[in-house]
Amino acid sequence: MIAVIRRYFSMLAGDPLADRSVPPTGFTANLTVFTSGAMAFLAVFALALGLAAGQLADRWASELARTSTLRISAPADQLDAQVAAAVNLLETTPGVASARALDMAEQQALLEPWFGPDLPIDTLPIPRLIEVVEEGAGYDATGLRARLQAEVPGAILDDHTRWREPLVAAADRLRLLSILSIALIATATAAMITLAANAALAANAQVIKVMRLVGARDIYIAGAFVRRFTIRAFGGSAIGALAGTLAVLLLPSSDVAGGFLTGLSFSGASWFAPASIPLLAAVVAFLATRSAALRTLRALS
Amino acid sequence: MIELDRVAYSYGGAELFSNVSLTLAPGSFQFLTGPSGAGKTTLLKLCYGELVATAGHVRLFGKNVRELQRDDIALSRRNIGVVHQDCQFLDHLSVAENVALPLTVAGRADEASEYLEDLLSWVGLRNQAGQRPPELSGGERQRAALARAVIISPDVIIADEPTGNIDWEMSQRLLKLLVELNRMGKTILLATHDLNLIRQASKMQVQARVLRLMNQRLHVAGVDL
Ligand SMILES: Nc1ncnc2c1ncn2[C@@H]1O[C@H](COP(=O)(O)OP(=O)(O)O)[C@@H](O)[C@H]1O
Ligand SMILES: [Mg+2]
Repeated sequence: MIAVIRRYFSMLAGDPLADRSVPPTGFTANLTVFTSGAMAFLAVFALALGLAAGQLADRWASELARTSTLRISAPADQLDAQVAAAVNLLETTPGVASARALDMAEQQALLEPWFGPDLPIDTLPIPRLIEVVEEGAGYDATGLRARLQAEVPGAILDDHTRWREPLVAAADRLRLLSILSIALIATATAAMITLAANAALAANAQVIKVMRLVGARDIYIAGAFVRRFTIRAFGGSAIGALAGTLAVLLLPSSDVAGGFLTGLSFSGASWFAPASIPLLAAVVAFLATRSAALRTLRALS
Repeated sequence: MIELDRVAYSYGGAELFSNVSLTLAPGSFQFLTGPSGAGKTTLLKLCYGELVATAGHVRLFGKNVRELQRDDIALSRRNIGVVHQDCQFLDHLSVAENVALPLTVAGRADEASEYLEDLLSWVGLRNQAGQRPPELSGGERQRAALARAVIISPDVIIADEPTGNIDWEMSQRLLKLLVELNRMGKTILLATHDLNLIRQASKMQVQARVLRLMNQRLHVAGVDL
């Protein structure tokens, strides 16, 4: 296996004299560098998006799944009794770690973003909230609802699945889209490098002919082209990936909003992701040029 | 070493020649002559596998060309030095790099420096080593082509009108180089329409055979032209 890979990539082994045998072609060189640079720039964003979506999906899936909310609406004189009964009931429910009624100050804080600080919360018929934290495999929502209905008529259990599921699905979809984008970027890069390589090969038909006349094997001639394009793609995409990463870092981080954009950055191990883009580009260029070169050499005989 | 067995060739139209048999025995020196357009260049191309005969068989070092892969032909060419009618240089490389090209593509570039200087002196191009081929005169180009043909030390040397566009004095020098190579044991096939060159060779006491391609056939001719 390793021998096969080594043989496959052996044409990358440097031979400056072979590389000089093929004259430099400014147009295809610039095209390759520019294309791989631009594509790497785009790939960084797709990657950042994918990683952020992934983290978000995981966070939502795990954090939100651990908590739920019990809402109790009742006439003012029954409210405290129902809250106490509900907390009691919850504490004896298997799978519930804790149940705690939010106090007025906490409820006020929750409503503040919408109604401002001056809301006279104690005079309004606002439902009371009980925060439920789960443990282990969680509780049996259907059983709990049935018991609540019997004992605390004003209680409504919100286990967050209703709005958690579409969010997780959206984040997963976003992650998929970013993988798809990277695949498309790689394919488009391969296509453009193939075109550039074909142009270079066509422009050098006479050079190829002479090299053959003096006894060059296909793999040797192809190698001269493959090395050149691989190096250009690597260089171009390294610049593009660097620029893309800087652009991602320079995005304003809006922690307050706590929303999606805060996740659009790299940290820890995910730094390896943008760094891998030039390598991916080099592999793509290698494979594209290799097949273009060998195909052309076959046709030119 | 190279063997043509009742070979015919056509570029698509009528046959240029047919029923041509030719053996390049080791150490032999043969002239190939004939009127312009008779197919001398074509016949030589069959001898180093650039063209494949439309009938008959061509064997390079015992192997039928039709059964050889492209890369096998490339390897065979490392044992056949060719001076092409139109030289076939890479114009973006220096004369020295062009001369060294057969060693370079064979992955033996490190050997080049040893011979290169001697070889360039031998063909009188020491001072032109750094120039580009288009800057050379016709005679210099032909000598550079000869140097490239022999640098990998092939057993067979095929030269196509090597004296085509150079003066008589230079032609004689080139012929002398080829005769020297033949004395060193190389097999030579030299195409030329210049009968004076053949006469000159007989004065140098080479055991040369003269073949004439004419009217679609290859004839053996005497040296008394
Ligand atoms: N690639 C080609 N395609 C078609 N015809 C060709 C080609 N090369 C040579 N010919 C024709 O074949 C004939 C022989 O050419 P060539 O072998 O060069 O003859 P010579 O070397 O004896 O002058 C000429 O009529 C030439 O026009
Ligand atoms: Mg000719």
